[in-house]
Amino acid sequence: MSPPNLHLYVLAAPLLTAFAVNLLGRVSRAWIGPLALGALGFSTLGALLTLLRVLRDGGYRYTVGNWQPPFGIELVVDPLSALMLLLVSAVALLATFSALKSVVNELPGQEHLFFTLYLILIAGLLGLVLTGDAFNLYVLLEITSITTYGLIAMGKGRAALSSFNYIIMGSIGACFYLLGVGYLYILTGTLNMADIARILPGLAAPAAVATAFAFLMVGLWVKMAFFPLHGWLPNAYSHAPTGAGVMIAPLMTKVTIYLMIRVMFSIFSPDYTFFAHPGVQAGIVWAASLAILCSSALALAQRNLRRMLTYILLAEVGYMVGGVWLANGSGMTGAVLHIVNDALMTLCLFLAAAAIIYRTGSLDFDRLQGLYRRMPLTMAAFTVGAFSLIGVPPTCGFFSKWYLILGAVEAGHWEFVAALLASSLINAVLFFRIIETAYFNPAPDAADSVPLRSEEAPALLLNPLLVTAVALVAVGLGTGPLVENVIRLALPPGFAP
Amino acid sequence: MEQLLAEIVAKYNYWLYVVLMMIGFYAMIGKRNLVKKLLGMNIFQTAIILFYVSIGVKRGGGIPIVDKHAALTQGVDVAQVVNPLPHVLMLTAIVVSVSVTGVALAILVRLYRQYGTLEEDEILEKIGR
Repeated sequence: MSPPNLHLYVLAAPLLTAFAVNLLGRVSRAWIGPLALGALGFSTLGALLTLLRVLRDGGYRYTVGNWQPPFGIELVVDPLSALMLLLVSAVALLATFSALKSVVNELPGQEHLFFTLYLILIAGLLGLVLTGDAFNLYVLLEITSITTYGLIAMGKGRAALSSFNYIIMGSIGACFYLLGVGYLYILTGTLNMADIARILPGLAAPAAVATAFAFLMVGLWVKMAFFPLHGWLPNAYSHAPTGAGVMIAPLMTKVTIYLMIRVMFSIFSPDYTFFAHPGVQAGIVWAASLAILCSSALALAQRNLRRMLTYILLAEVGYMVGGVWLANGSGMTGAVLHIVNDALMTLCLFLAAAAIIYRTGSLDFDRLQGLYRRMPLTMAAFTVGAFSLIGVPPTCGFFSKWYLILGAVEAGHWEFVAALLASSLINAVLFFRIIETAYFNPAPDAADSVPLRSEEAPALLLNPLLVTAVALVAVGLGTGPLVENVIRLALPPGFAP
Repeated sequence: MEQLLAEIVAKYNYWLYVVLMMIGFYAMIGKRNLVKKLLGMNIFQTAIILFYVSIGVKRGGGIPIVDKHAALTQGVDVAQVVNPLPHVLMLTAIVVSVSVTGVALAILVRLYRQYGTLEEDEILEKIGR
C-alpha cells in the first residue's frame, strides 16, 4: 500500500538529490550518475503508482502542512496532472542517461554544477504540474526558468547571449503572468485556483476578468514560445549544452501548455474561456494555424539539424495551442495526447542528435553523409522519430494528428486542417532531405579505400534512444486504451468524447 | 477631459505603475545596451511589485501587527489594518527578481570577458566575423 502523500516524494526526490549531487559531486564525479538516476528512477516509479492510484480511486487534493485552502498551498492530483507527472519524470529519466555522457564530454569539471541545476529544474517542472495555487505557480515557473537560463548559459559560443535574451523575454512572460494573478487577486481576494474558479462566475466586472485572462494567456504564450512571441527559443535551445537541450526541449514547452490548460479550465471555466468573448476562440485557432505554417517554413531554411528541430518544436506548440482552443472533445483529446507524443518525439530526435554530435562533432546538414552506415541503430531510431513527426502510422504522431484534424473538421476550422496537413508535408520534405543525405551520400572520408565500419554511439546514449523509439510505436499502438482510460478522464467535464 | 483627470487623480497609484512599467518595457525592447535592458527589466518588475503593494493599502489602515490576546477575544477590525498578504507575496517576488538579476549579471560578466563589450550590436558584429 502506497502512502497518501506519494506525489510529494515524487517532487522531493530530485529536489533533495540536487543538493546531494552538488556536495558529493565535488568529492567525486562517480556519485553524480547513481544519485541523479536513482532519484529520477524513484520519481518515475512514484509517478506511475500515483497515476495508477488516481485511475483506481479518482483524483484528490492534498494540503501541504495541513494549512487548509484557500490559505494554504494545495496540490492537485487529478488524471491530467498524474499523467503529466509520469511523463515529466520518465522523459527526464531517459534524458539523464544521455546527459551524463555528453556533459562529461562538453563540460569537464562542471558536472556537479550542471546536474544541480538540472535536478532543480526537474523538481520545478514536477511542482508546476502539481500545484493548485496561482501564485505558487508563478514561483515555480521562475524556478524552472532561472535554472534553464543557467543551463543554457553553460553552452559554448553564442550560448551566453542567447541565454540573456531568453532572460529578458522570459521575465516579460513571467511578469505578465504575475500581473494577471494580481488582477485576479483584486477581484476575488484569493490565490487558490479552485477558490478563484468558485468566485469568478458571480462577479460583475467583465473588463477586469478579461484583462486578467489576457495577461495570464500572453504571459504563458511568451514562456511556451507561441509563434509571434517565439524569438528567444531557437537560439536558446540550439546553443544550450547537448545534455541540457535533450531534457529542456521536450519538457519546457509541454509543461507550459499544460499550464495553459490549467489556467483555462481550473481558474476560468470552459464556458468563459471559449464563449464569453466571441471571436477570441476563432482568432486564436487562426493564430495557431499561422504559427504552424510560419514555423514550418522557417524550419525549411535551416542548415543545422538541431536548429531545424527547434523550429519544428515551435510548429508543434501551434498544434497543441490550436487543438486546445478548438473547443471540442476531439481537438482537446488530440492536444493532450499530443503533449505526451510530442514530448516523446522531441526526446527521440534530440537524443539522436546528441548521439550524432557525440560521434561526429557537428550537426550541419553537409556533415551528415553516410551516417546510416556509420551509426545504423541511431539512425533507425531517428527515422522512427522523424516518421512520428511526419505522422506515419503506427507511430504515435499519426494518432494525435488524427484527433486534431478530426476536431478541426468538427469545429469547421478548415484553416487549421490545412495548416496541419501542410506542416506534415513540410516535415516530410525536411526529414527525407536528411534521410537522403545520410543514407545515399557516402561519408566524405570513407568514400574510397577505408572499409566502412560501424561507429555506434556509446550505450549510455544509444539505449535511451532505442527505448524512446520503441515507446513511440508502443504509445501509438496503445492510443486507444490511453485515450479511453486516462485522457478522457483528464478533460474538463462536457468535453470528453 | 475633466472626468478623465478625476479618474487619473483618484487612482494615481495605478497610473504611476503603468508609466513605470512602460518605461521598463521600452528599455527592455528598445535599448541596445545589455545593461540597460537589464535595468529596464528591474524597473518593469518593480512596477509590478508597487502595484501589488498598493493593492493592500487602505485609507486609515495601520500596520497589520495586532495583539494576540485582543485579536483572539475581540477579533480584528479589518478596516484598521492594511492587508498584509500582497506585501508578503511581494517578498517572494523580490527574491525571484533578485535571483534573475543575479543570473543575468553573471551572464553579462561572461559576455564582457568573451567579447569585451556589452553593446548588443558590437557583440553580434563580433559573432558574425
